[in-house]
Amino acid sequence: MSILWFLLLALGLVAAAIDGNLSGFTSGALDGAAAAIRLAIGLVGMLALWLGLLRVAEEAGLTKALARAIRPLMRRLFPEVPADHPAMTAMALNLGANVLGLGNAATPLGLKAMDELQTLNPRRDTATDAMVLFLVINASSVQLIPATVVALRAAGGAQEPASIVGPTLLATAVSTAVGIATAKLLARLRPAEEASVRLEIEGG
Amino acid sequence: MSALISILEVISTWAIPLFLVGVPAYALARGVKVYPVFVEGAKEGLQVAIRIVPYLVAILAAVGAFRGAGAMDRLAAWLQPITEPLGIPASVLPLFLVRPLSGSGTTGLLADLIESEGPDSVASLIGAVVHGSTETTFYVLAVYFGAIGVSRYRHAIPAALMAEGAGIVASIAVVRLVFG
Repeated sequence: MSILWFLLLALGLVAAAIDGNLSGFTSGALDGAAAAIRLAIGLVGMLALWLGLLRVAEEAGLTKALARAIRPLMRRLFPEVPADHPAMTAMALNLGANVLGLGNAATPLGLKAMDELQTLNPRRDTATDAMVLFLVINASSVQLIPATVVALRAAGGAQEPASIVGPTLLATAVSTAVGIATAKLLARLRPAEEASVRLEIEGG
Repeated sequence: MSALISILEVISTWAIPLFLVGVPAYALARGVKVYPVFVEGAKEGLQVAIRIVPYLVAILAAVGAFRGAGAMDRLAAWLQPITEPLGIPASVLPLFLVRPLSGSGTTGLLADLIESEGPDSVASLIGAVVHGSTETTFYVLAVYFGAIGVSRYRHAIPAALMAEGAGIVASIAVVRLVFG
């Protein structure tokens, strides 16, 4: 990110120098900084409202209720993890928190799930199929309501800030489905056992 | 197709109101003191808003300079032959590249699109749907695998990037379909 950020500034300066448009570069930077503060002020109210509501959801045990609801699905996705293993519970709670958009609660639950999955791992430095699938689901976003995006749109004066909620849900369903299918397919094409056997032969 | 669009519209209109009423209703039924709990969470909202200000300043200033200098127009002109037939505004491309690397960077780029092209422009809408439907892949992989000392990721990166790419393609298609 540091390199990308520097490139934006450096390439901007090069373009400005070629066109002799250095004042455009300077005023662009200053206007951008001022716009950041205007946007942030617009965001405060929405974010406070949303995080207040999320705290209520958490306190009411909605994460646990969701985790229970997705258990049958979890068993089909992770057949190699025993149904009553603590890894299953931690993964379900993590996904439940992610669905609600509770990022701060989801991360520690996800790390706990990885810890538990590691106890089922025969090779501690190599990811298991379950770990990869769990991470791909986490990395493909399963959030129901993209609150930050709605807040940004509201702060920017959108006609209907929430109009992107339905389209986002459809797009996220596609990305999660493709992620799961790819992870399952690649796991079958190159199983972990085979990879580790090959490693041992290579290692002599 | 029009049925799909109206379903998506109903979800968009109802999701937040239902959540706003449904969550407190469920919580009250389970004996949660909703008001003080809400206020406690809202305090955290203030902290989150303050925490993202420096990121917004960094991104909006840099992109502002890039655009003010005319570099964005040049880039768009170069990429137009590729992006136009696909229906992708060139100005949203940087957001696609930053999305798997940095969540706050993506938020900054989306804020910049909304500021410079308006919240209901096609570029902003695509950016918004991509932001909401994908995650910071490399951050998630690094933190989760790092925490348990796994260094052989096997097929995690290709599968996660496939998901990311599918999310971007789906976002463009859905925005084109719903918002024209």
